Amino acid sequence: MSSATTTRGWDEFMEGIWKQNPVFVMVLGMCPTLAVTVSAINAISMGIATTFVLIASCGLVSLMRRIVPKEVRIATYIVIIATFVTAVDYFIQAISLALYDALGAFIQLIVVNCIILGRAEAHASKTPPLPAMVNAAGMGAGFTIGLLALGVVREILGNGTLFGLSLFGAGFQPWVIMVLPPGGFFVLGTWLLFFAWRARRKQSAEVTQHA
Amino acid sequence: MGTVEIRPAPHIRGERTVEKIMLNVVYSLVPVCLFYIYQYGISAFASILVVTGACLLTERWFVKTGTQSGNLADYSATITGMLLALTLPPGFPLWMGAVAGFVAIALGKGLFGGLGFNVFNPALVGRAFVQAAFPTAIATYTPSFLPGRFLEFIPSSLAWPLMMPADAATWLKAKQLDALAGATPLAKWKFEGILAEAGDLLTSLAGHMAVGPSPLLILACGAYLAFRRYLDWRIPTAILGGAGAVAWLLYLFGPGHYPNPFFMLFSGGLILGAVYMATDMATSPVTPRGMWIYGGLIGLLTVVIRYYSGLPEGVMYAILIGNAATPLIERITQPAPFGKGVFGGARKGASYPLHPGYISREEAGAVTPKKRILKNKPKADERRTPNS
Repeated sequence: MSSATTTRGWDEFMEGIWKQNPVFVMVLGMCPTLAVTVSAINAISMGIATTFVLIASCGLVSLMRRIVPKEVRIATYIVIIATFVTAVDYFIQAISLALYDALGAFIQLIVVNCIILGRAEAHASKTPPLPAMVNAAGMGAGFTIGLLALGVVREILGNGTLFGLSLFGAGFQPWVIMVLPPGGFFVLGTWLLFFAWRARRKQSAEVTQHA
Repeated sequence: MGTVEIRPAPHIRGERTVEKIMLNVVYSLVPVCLFYIYQYGISAFASILVVTGACLLTERWFVKTGTQSGNLADYSATITGMLLALTLPPGFPLWMGAVAGFVAIALGKGLFGGLGFNVFNPALVGRAFVQAAFPTAIATYTPSFLPGRFLEFIPSSLAWPLMMPADAATWLKAKQLDALAGATPLAKWKFEGILAEAGDLLTSLAGHMAVGPSPLLILACGAYLAFRRYLDWRIPTAILGGAGAVAWLLYLFGPGHYPNPFFMLFSGGLILGAVYMATDMATSPVTPRGMWIYGGLIGLLTVVIRYYSGLPEGVMYAILIGNAATPLIERITQPAPFGKGVFGGARKGASYPLHPGYISREEAGAVTPKKRILKNKPKADERRTPNS
């Protein structure tokens, strides 16, 4: 029985990373995805901040799911999420002002990130706290992976560096477009294309197997 | 017994096929490319070769993966590559040229479904991408007719992939030419106020001017195509007429402030764009009245961008905007097949769909892409009742 619960827990966790990946499958939270992924370090910090808010608010929403009246549930969720976002906001400001400036308004805007509200409404409000938090952790990890996938490509091409380390030496020719907004759209589109191509190939392989 | 084909009119089949039109455009581009190589030597030759090669490889890959119609033998990717190379500076690093060629076909054509389905001119999509990605390299021109150009590459051409090209100014200094010689006539006028002679611009032969192939030659090649009806004469006429008229009006009001209209017409890529880029059949209107509107819009926008923006050249963006407006222009210029309405327009309900696909498919029997993406999609009724 214990192995059955672990598998279920694992499935809950992996849902956000692969099957329902917020960036590549659900295409949610596009605003921070396109805006802050100029470098890998920005992407990872944004991902971690969002993951923390996601886990904490999903846990609290799940705990309060029987007390909150249905009519005011969205307002309650927003208050809960905003509380944790404020905490994250002050925390980042305290540890690194440079990072805080780089992420700008997008830290405060985690409040309106639809991944968090969507998870609170669709999952945490119907699930006990522990699975809800595991699921939220998976979603957060999936979001971080998505941001990192964009941030790595954009930093390598746009700056010639990865996590601030120079990859190609001094003579590198930066692709200016990659650190501009169009670069975000191009890289996101290329990743979506890659996953769509994979899914299509898998599907056609299944069809030939059945036939 | 042979098969009987039943289909609506027209029943007369023309001689024109997509392949034939494209091949003729390639023939007409050959003299232009040769002149370009004569101007800039081995670097221009390598640039044309690499960019066209990148376009063909990308096209091959997209056709092979089954996401786009057409094939390599229709020469459309060859045209894209040649035109793209002609719009890039001769000393443009070859690896960047390859990136431009890849983006042109992949983003400009392959993702839309291939030949005839593209919304924007593929060559200009590629150029717009590299202009945004490598703004310094694309603004670096070198003078034409340098001694030894057939034996020696312009050093920036041979930059390693992903690496910055060598500085052109130091190379020019070693050749006893000042760095200013490398500025295009448009950049010279915009940033230094120096005006080139319109006659010199027309032939591209005077001195070491940093210009593209001779506008006169391009016009001659375009005239051949127009005479054979492989391009519509209305579009280039409307573009040059529109740009010339706007430039002339402005010149009348402020002769000291604005250059004369002939400088406007013969400098930069206006002639090349008007003859070869804007006339791309898939991305320009098919209605005659629409062609005039489309051309006039491009001409006006070119002059506006050249005079009032930070960029010295505006033909590329003008044509891309014109491409985007094409479906709307076609919609408002539908001809009335049967009679006229009260105000001379089409009668309501009397119009028929007019789009490039309608005409070219009917005429050339072009292959439409197989929609493999949706092959396994469940039917609507299956989805609704999975258990019954």
